[in-house]
Amino acid sequence: MTFLSYLISGLSLGSVYAIIALGYTMVYGIAKMLNFAHGDVIMVGGYMSFIATAHLGWPPLASVLLAMVVCTALGIVIERFAYKPLRAAPSLAVLITAIGVSYFLQNAALLIWSSNPKSFTSIVRLPSLKLFDGELTVSSVAIVTIISCIIIIIALTFVIGKTKIGKAMRAVSEDKEAAQLMGISVNQTISVTFAIGSALAAIAGVLLCSAYPILMPTTGSMPGIKAFTAAVFGGIGSIPGAFWGGLLLGMIEIFGKAYISTELSDAIVFSILIIVLLVKPTGLMGKKISEKV
Amino acid sequence: MQMKLKLTGTKRTRSNAITYGIVVLAFLLVQIVDGTGNLTSSLRGQLVPICAYIVMAISLNLTVGILGELSLGHAGFMSLGAFSGVIVSVSLQESIVSDPVRLLVSLVIGAVIAGLFGIVVGVPALRLRGDYLAIVTLAFGEIIKNVINTLHVGIGRNGLRISMTDQASLNLGEGGTVIIQGPIGAVGINKTSTFTAGIILILVTLFIVLNLVHSRSGRAIMAVRDNRIAAESVGISVTRYKLTAFIISAALAGAAGALYALNYSTVVARKFDFNTSILVLVFVVLGGIGNIRGSIIAATVLTVLPEMLRAFNDYRMLAYAIILIIVMLTSNNDQLKQLIQRATSIFRRNKDSRRKGEESTHA
Amino acid sequence: MPSTSKMVPVPSRAIIPERDLNATPILEVSHLSVHFGGLNAVEDFSIIVGRTEIAGLIGPNGAGKTTVFNLLTKVYQPTRGAILLDGNDTAGMNTVQISQAGIARTFQNIRLFQSLSVADNVKIGLHNQVKYSTMSGILRLPSFWRSERRAHDEAMELLSIFNMQHMANYKAGSLPYGAQRRLEIVRALATRPSLLLLDEPAAGMNPSETEELMANIIKIRDMFQIAIMLIEHDMRLVMGICEGIAVLNYGKIIAKGTPEEIQADPAVIEAYLGQKKEA
Repeated sequence: MTFLSYLISGLSLGSVYAIIALGYTMVYGIAKMLNFAHGDVIMVGGYMSFIATAHLGWPPLASVLLAMVVCTALGIVIERFAYKPLRAAPSLAVLITAIGVSYFLQNAALLIWSSNPKSFTSIVRLPSLKLFDGELTVSSVAIVTIISCIIIIIALTFVIGKTKIGKAMRAVSEDKEAAQLMGISVNQTISVTFAIGSALAAIAGVLLCSAYPILMPTTGSMPGIKAFTAAVFGGIGSIPGAFWGGLLLGMIEIFGKAYISTELSDAIVFSILIIVLLVKPTGLMGKKISEKV
Repeated sequence: MQMKLKLTGTKRTRSNAITYGIVVLAFLLVQIVDGTGNLTSSLRGQLVPICAYIVMAISLNLTVGILGELSLGHAGFMSLGAFSGVIVSVSLQESIVSDPVRLLVSLVIGAVIAGLFGIVVGVPALRLRGDYLAIVTLAFGEIIKNVINTLHVGIGRNGLRISMTDQASLNLGEGGTVIIQGPIGAVGINKTSTFTAGIILILVTLFIVLNLVHSRSGRAIMAVRDNRIAAESVGISVTRYKLTAFIISAALAGAAGALYALNYSTVVARKFDFNTSILVLVFVVLGGIGNIRGSIIAATVLTVLPEMLRAFNDYRMLAYAIILIIVMLTSNNDQLKQLIQRATSIFRRNKDSRRKGEESTHA
Repeated sequence: MPSTSKMVPVPSRAIIPERDLNATPILEVSHLSVHFGGLNAVEDFSIIVGRTEIAGLIGPNGAGKTTVFNLLTKVYQPTRGAILLDGNDTAGMNTVQISQAGIARTFQNIRLFQSLSVADNVKIGLHNQVKYSTMSGILRLPSFWRSERRAHDEAMELLSIFNMQHMANYKAGSLPYGAQRRLEIVRALATRPSLLLLDEPAAGMNPSETEELMANIIKIRDMFQIAIMLIEHDMRLVMGICEGIAVLNYGKIIAKGTPEEIQADPAVIEAYLGQKKEA
């Protein structure tokens, strides 16, 4: 029974990683950049939901919507002012800028909300599910998280596969110049990608804080980095890769914590990244990217 | 022709000489100020850390500026150097009586250990194109922090003992010394680092990095940075030279770590976290990517300044973040670059017109 | 070998009578093919290039000319076919090994080490010619000084081919376009190749510059006694200096022969006229 309960925790945490990893993987696939600040957008989402429920007394769902709206706007603003001017710059410059943005968000949050942890009230206010005569307790947050993740994956696969903007995204990710020639607005497509990724980050932030109810300015950074690891694990640029990578990483972390060592669980997760890059650098579902000569 | 080339030769030598000179001059200046009793105790306490940060900044600039890759786990290499340096120093307390010699051995072993881990991290990350080194080094820094936090190391009759669980399992016996106590870190360190040792380490670091840059291997490293495909086409093994640069960079960070740790009686793994890596990156970016002298100056100024401007402390990190963004945007966006050039040229014109008759400067 | 019977160098026998056609050719390519996805970028490409021959590779845009260069230098691994360099099979080699084996190239979109000096660009080309260890470089051992002097002298000598010695200390990225193209050739020559591949060397040059380039290409061949294979759209250059020409269209060779033969070939005229209609 304990194994089953770990499995569910792993799937739940993995679902959060998967939702965050989707944002990384979409932005990486289309803008070819590692949006280091993505993890901190999660944190902003968490604070928005916290303020809405704790201070303004909004219902949970409305607080999620607020978080999504704010994070979407934030994502677009970051892209417009920090990344767009560097479209032609070397990737090193873009990466350092992204780190600057991440650091900026963390420290701005620190000044606004202080470093004191806020205790986040879960937005899912349903009773836990008791199974097998009460031997297995499944928290409602875990169930909502896993279901949300599945819905998001299905919706995103539909958007990318069937809609006009999805086609534009695929085209831009294949070849920016060719897409431009075909009349696709590259800037607008990248903007939309950041918007979708940031809205997902907001959802991930609320779900993460509901499961682990401590909210701090640095709340998003570690899950952000782990979700990036998940994206690399699954194959950066691949949507199903982000999903499976996230789930696997979440389970590895929970099982590592349970059966090996609590202190070393992060070390285990990150060792996986190094091993994956050694053995299969393109990840589980990634494809090789070739360069034009 | 021959003349002109010699000229750049001397120009390059002169530029390097100025860099060495600044370090030596700063050393003498501090000695004089200290000798006349004008050095505040807080500043005196900062001397060795400043030296360590300067070495860190030069080392990271080798990776970022010369190699063109980003390391976000440089503090991890510093940590490895720090803790292995401390272990060596405590272990050799009896066998090497002379403090400077023991410090030297600790620094060298700290550098070697960090360099070895540089291979472990570099091999998987540097084969790949893209931002992988950044993320792998970041992960590596976290792993090192986690592992050292659970590490118990002691020395007893049975020699050096290491345990990942607790102190008791070290079985040191009587007269044993515990060196690292898990999350409490290393304790009871005999402070052997000195300002003079720090300055010597800076000079050695400069010697290694500047000579490397102006040699066959250095050119190969920069060729890979400027154009990987062209470098391969003239027969340069990309992975080999990336690794060379990265290992040297990691080893120097290890030496800096050992110098840093041996300046305190206790040191914890948390000290060498992601924030420290970012701090060093800020030194490099503000000093100018690829500009070694700039790194030295930025590391010094940004370490001394917050000490003097306490009130500014709350906004320090925010300011660093803004520095990173602004410097990157202004140095990499053509429109912004032109805007700044125009602004400075207007500024210069005003200055020039005020100083009538003087020759105008080039924009 | 029926498909290689009409090789490039054979019909040009008359042009360089002193060439030893019995010796192993420097380059022998047979049935080279590469597929990207479902697309046959290059299909069944076979040529032979003599030891001191100047060979041309022409064809409309997108015909796969640069892809052939990328296959020869192993930027792409061929799907099928063999490349013999000086009689030795290059299968399994990577780009670095190809350079060491003796093929050097320039790029269609110039690829210099932009932030480094002109002299350093050439010295990087000398990487495998003038060697010393990283350690002796850091410690400034005698081998460093000796080799650096040699590298400097050789770089200057190579730059003097194009009269570029006075530019040695300029940043490569700051050079005018034509000089950048010439520097790329010098850098390639520094690797001491036996086969030099030039990808559109005259692109962006005016007629008088092109004229000069033609003379220089011949000068390089004569000086270094090497084979040169070039991709070029400027027909005056191709017809003027190439001894053998292969025409590529849709990844396939549609004609091979001397300039005279190529100019008279109906398939070539068709391919080029067809292209003109589109344009």
